Amino acid sequence: MAEGLTGRGASPVGASVPPGEPLVRIRGLRFAHGERLLFDGVDLDIPRGGVTAVMGPSGTGKTTLLKLISGQLRPASGTIEVDGQDVHRLGRAALYRLRMRMGMLFQSGALLTDLSVFDNVAYPLREHTRLPEAMIRKLVLMKLEAVGLRGVQAQLPATLSGGMARRVALARAVALDPDMILYDEPFTGQDPISMGVLVSLIRHLNDASGLTSIVVSHDVSETLSIADYAYIIADGRVMEAGTAAEVRASRSEWVRQFLDGLPDGPAHFHAPAPDLMRDLLGEA
Amino acid sequence: MLDPLARLGRSGIAALARLGEAHLLLVGLLGGTWDTLVRPRLLIAQVYGIGVLSTLIVVVSGLFVGMVLGLQGYYVLSQFGAAESLGIMVAASLVRELGPVVTALLVAGRAGSALAAEIGLMKATEQLSALEMMAVDPIKRILTPRFYGGLLAMPLLAAMFSAVGVLGGYFIGVGLLGLDGGAYWSQMQAKIDFSDDIVNGVIKSVVFGLVVTWIALFQGYAATPTAEGVSRATTRTVVHSALAVLGLDFVLTALMFGE
Ligand SMILES: Nc1ncnc2c1ncn2[C@@H]1O[C@H](COP(=O)(O)OP(=O)(O)OP(=O)(O)O)[C@@H](O)[C@H]1O
Ligand SMILES: [Mg+2]
Repeated sequence: MAEGLTGRGASPVGASVPPGEPLVRIRGLRFAHGERLLFDGVDLDIPRGGVTAVMGPSGTGKTTLLKLISGQLRPASGTIEVDGQDVHRLGRAALYRLRMRMGMLFQSGALLTDLSVFDNVAYPLREHTRLPEAMIRKLVLMKLEAVGLRGVQAQLPATLSGGMARRVALARAVALDPDMILYDEPFTGQDPISMGVLVSLIRHLNDASGLTSIVVSHDVSETLSIADYAYIIADGRVMEAGTAAEVRASRSEWVRQFLDGLPDGPAHFHAPAPDLMRDLLGEA
Repeated sequence: MLDPLARLGRSGIAALARLGEAHLLLVGLLGGTWDTLVRPRLLIAQVYGIGVLSTLIVVVSGLFVGMVLGLQGYYVLSQFGAAESLGIMVAASLVRELGPVVTALLVAGRAGSALAAEIGLMKATEQLSALEMMAVDPIKRILTPRFYGGLLAMPLLAAMFSAVGVLGGYFIGVGLLGLDGGAYWSQMQAKIDFSDDIVNGVIKSVVFGLVVTWIALFQGYAATPTAEGVSRATTRTVVHSALAVLGLDFVLTALMFGE
């Protein structure tokens, strides 16, 4: 275990977390994709009202963690509570009520391809509110303006670039003004300007409406620059946890290698594999 | 090494589990009925996509099938001096059998495969997950309107197929081979029974509509979310639909006409 975790009592985030109930409380989470064990007894708290970063190498299960929190996947054991409710014990209706208070930005954007950009952002509003069309139009245009894409409202998602599609998806995720937003890699595929805008947008959305944000990413510097709290996960465990400053100052060898992007150290760039020479010679 | 018996058992259980999933999906589809009724625009869009866009292939096929029936029927019937009964023969074959069956096969190939690919791709590109995350049930909002669209479109298309086929038989029998036009129609009118022939044909095509759209939606919904998975889902849709339609046709025929 990372040294940062020892002797910190019940909350894995540590002494620097504000007192009070966390919004998301994960205890003893175990989950496997087929043979591959992704989480092996993970404890994790997401405090209310802040931006919490979850970072880790590619393929550690960050996307999977978001799907577990939102009830799209079911853990092998352990509990995930959101606002005091055990997500995996809720019935369908209650789970949907909870999801109406959650926005999720998918890694791929996941826009509905047969609807225009405007209709995509309007979709949750039309489904879940009885607002008049004129009001929906104003709301949608405001959300699209915030991500800088009001100009493409009439286009179909297929005509957008990957980065633009994800900004539209962000506008859709916040359309219902949720209490909590799950961002899956919001920065990948963004140019420096839209990256800067997105970074401040996420921070601004969080502070202006007092919501809770979970940002999953491996862009260390951008993510830490807006995060209040941060987790680093790898190999099915929490490697480091604390405020952004604490994590940045971590002395764990593994965490230092990850944060500084060093090729050599305890972490491995390669997926587990037999010895290269033996594999090439066909003996593996 | 797995011994063959265990392998057989395993694939049997897997097939049974899939059948169970398919029936759960059917329950879900029926559960979305109300949601579809209060959103008629979604339903109309699907009747258009599955039905209207299939009319050309159905009408052209119906015409040719009717013309072939006209030719074949004439040669057989004229050997017995019963060429006047061509109208009955053409209409009965179409309304009872060929209309519902051939239309179902055409719709499975034209619209069923498209449905499976569409749903499978929506799954592969996480659109279905995105709907789930927006607290919208994709079965109710995406799949059910398609289900009822197919269910409504199938009998209408089959009726069109039969009607055009009867005209095709007329062109051949009366136009080409010189039969009496009045006899063609009046014999048909006298001998084709509304409840025995027409209603039973409609029942068949409703059943085929249900089965074909159900298979297509299930294959799409249960597809492995990859390019290969979607392509396998479309192939399976056509193969399973064809087998199910022909098998069910035998059962229904035996029940309806086998006194
Ligand atoms: N449907 C699936 N079936 C089997 N294995 C899967 C599935 N989805 C993901 N995995 C595996 O689970 C692991 C974690 O996947 P996940 O998408 O959560 O990673 P991630 O941390 O989000 O990575 P990235 O930073 O690249 O997005 C991967 O190694 C992947 O191979
Ligand atoms: Mg991911």
